[in-house]
Amino acid sequence: MPINYYIFLALALFCIGVVGVLTRRNAIIIFMCIELMLNAANLLLVAFSKLYTHVSTLPTAGSDAQIFVFFIMVVAAAEVSVGLAIIVMMYRNTHSVDVNFLNRLKN
Amino acid sequence: MSNTLQIVWLIPFLPLIGFLINGLGRNHLSKSLTGIIGSGVILGSFLISLFVFFQVKNGNTHVAHYFDFIHTASLKVGFDFQIDQLSSLFLLIITGVGFLIHVYSTSYMHEEAPKDFAKYFAYLNLFVFSMLLLVMGANYIIMFIGWEGVGLCSYLLIGFWFKDNANNDAAKKAFIMNRIGDFGFLLAVFWLIAKLGTTNYHDVFDGVSKLSSFDIGGITLLLFLGATGKSAQIPLYTWLPDAMAGPTPVSALIHAATMVTAGIYMIARSNILFTMAPLTQSVIAVIGLATAVVAATIALKQNDIKKVLAYSTVSQLGYMFLGLGVGAYTGAVFHVMTHAFFKALLFLGAGSVIHAMGGEQDMRNMGGLKKYMSITNITFLLGCLAIAGMPPFSGFFSKDEILAEAFAKNPVYWGIGVLTAFMTAFYMFRLYAMTFLGKFRGTHDQEHHLHESPSAITIPLIVLAILAVVGGWIGIPKVFMPNGHRLEAFLEPIFAKSNEHVAALGAAHELSHATEYALMAVSVVGALVALLYAWNKFSKYEKTNEEETGLAKAISNKWYVDEFYDAIIVKPVQSIAGFFSNVVEKRGIDGFVNGVGKAVNYGSRQIRLLQTGQVSAYMLMMVIAILVLFIIQLFL
Repeated sequence: MPINYYIFLALALFCIGVVGVLTRRNAIIIFMCIELMLNAANLLLVAFSKLYTHVSTLPTAGSDAQIFVFFIMVVAAAEVSVGLAIIVMMYRNTHSVDVNFLNRLKN
Repeated sequence: MSNTLQIVWLIPFLPLIGFLINGLGRNHLSKSLTGIIGSGVILGSFLISLFVFFQVKNGNTHVAHYFDFIHTASLKVGFDFQIDQLSSLFLLIITGVGFLIHVYSTSYMHEEAPKDFAKYFAYLNLFVFSMLLLVMGANYIIMFIGWEGVGLCSYLLIGFWFKDNANNDAAKKAFIMNRIGDFGFLLAVFWLIAKLGTTNYHDVFDGVSKLSSFDIGGITLLLFLGATGKSAQIPLYTWLPDAMAGPTPVSALIHAATMVTAGIYMIARSNILFTMAPLTQSVIAVIGLATAVVAATIALKQNDIKKVLAYSTVSQLGYMFLGLGVGAYTGAVFHVMTHAFFKALLFLGAGSVIHAMGGEQDMRNMGGLKKYMSITNITFLLGCLAIAGMPPFSGFFSKDEILAEAFAKNPVYWGIGVLTAFMTAFYMFRLYAMTFLGKFRGTHDQEHHLHESPSAITIPLIVLAILAVVGGWIGIPKVFMPNGHRLEAFLEPIFAKSNEHVAALGAAHELSHATEYALMAVSVVGALVALLYAWNKFSKYEKTNEEETGLAKAISNKWYVDEFYDAIIVKPVQSIAGFFSNVVEKRGIDGFVNGVGKAVNYGSRQIRLLQTGQVSAYMLMMVIAILVLFIIQLFL
């Protein structure tokens, strides 16, 4: 498959993520949109890695980006655990997961 | 370094020590201890000065080098003291008269609190120290240190009773007027450094031939500007009469013996420069003469006993400058010396009178003090005779020498000078008659209080009176005694170069004996007539309420010089200062500083609105920012 397809798919995923973050007020959905953006990035990394495997003669060629993807998944998992904990605390305090209620730092 | 004169550093060092002890210990020392320290250090300096004087008299002159004061590649100024005939003579005058004034002060200032008493003596010692530095320095820089020092001390002492604002004004006036003169002095020193690269007297006087006549003229005129400030000549003389706001012994010290003679010392010291600049000499002679006349006319109508003496000081200083201007350097220095004796005597006598009158200075309220204060009366009378130029008192010899030399230069100078001498005799005896003769015109309380002053006051008076009588005998003119002028012989080395220069030009011409006798006769007879007229008229003085008119009114108001200066200098300067204070300072500088603060305040209040607290809004901003960066990266 040409690389273009991967790029367009990743771009579409990323834009959905950005629009979701900007427009939705539910914290959990915003969260999921962030994951969507991360995964768009992962997809690109894997696609380019596969593309460049044939370019180099090195035995490890093309594996760097794939290893990087694992790092991103680990970081994302850690982030999710912290983020979900925050959302739970937020729900306990405000009985809502609407981010527009989180404006108490103003003033 | 084996020269015995190397110890001269002790002379200014002792008063400095006295200043430090009295100044730092003013809260702890008793009055008698302060008085003993203050006077003792000056006595010590006087004794060393005497020793130095006799060394110098035996031909031992010396430049003592202590350390380098300024040391750069192109300029080297040493902290050097020059001990020669001129400086040793001034040392004697300053420490001798200064010591008497210190002794006098212990009694005169006795009513002050111990703290103020100590402060007073500290200032007085510092003053003597500065003055000694001024005359002992071997270059213009050291002289300038002393020069500024005396200016500072006169400010401190005139404003000694600073709780009265008029005194502060007088002190400020003295300081500022002196500063104007100092400016000229400083420029002259810079000029010398630029042209000759040195300020040492020896080097400057040796290098004088290297200077163009324009340079010499400029330097001497600037130096003379310095002298007009310090020695109270037109146009900077008005501070001196106002300086009477200080305690009377201060007036005696500053306005008789020391500070005001600094300008004359400086010109006498630089005599060769001035001899080479005939134009400057004429300027000096004319200004000296004008000052002498103007001050004498003002003195005719003053009623404050100290003001009369102040204007007579200005007038006598004018004489000295006339002497310097006509090249009679010896005469000018001679007059400095005799004037120091009789003017200190007169001021201290006036102080004694004021003391007895309980602070009253207006002569219209005095009179008839003769029978209450016999010692003050006699010494004061001797002082008046000396200043009036009656033979054989000291003033006669010194004044006559200046007048004779002035006649040799230009008979017009002599004419005006001798007229001033008549006025001097008149106003001094007006003062004497109004104060000591006739009947008492003060209040009953004052009459009851009248008494002769204590011995700490009368003894200095007696010593000074003796000096005022005999002080002139070291300079008896040649017509009376061929070798009578011992001062001239003593000072000969100082003025040798100038004399050579004058002789080379062939300008010197001796007066015939007959002319000299005639000149003396005119001045003595004229002064005698003025004296007797004043004696007669003012011993019968009665208070009147008549309004003065015309000339008399102008003279009483000091020719309106103060008002004139006020209108053309003080007022404009004040309005400029007001402009800068109100407009430039408040609107310009303050406006700018406050404006910066206000701008920051306003800006942050506007930007704060962006902080809505809406998470999604922040994110939008983030995304927009990322896009902007992205676009910049791609397309720019």
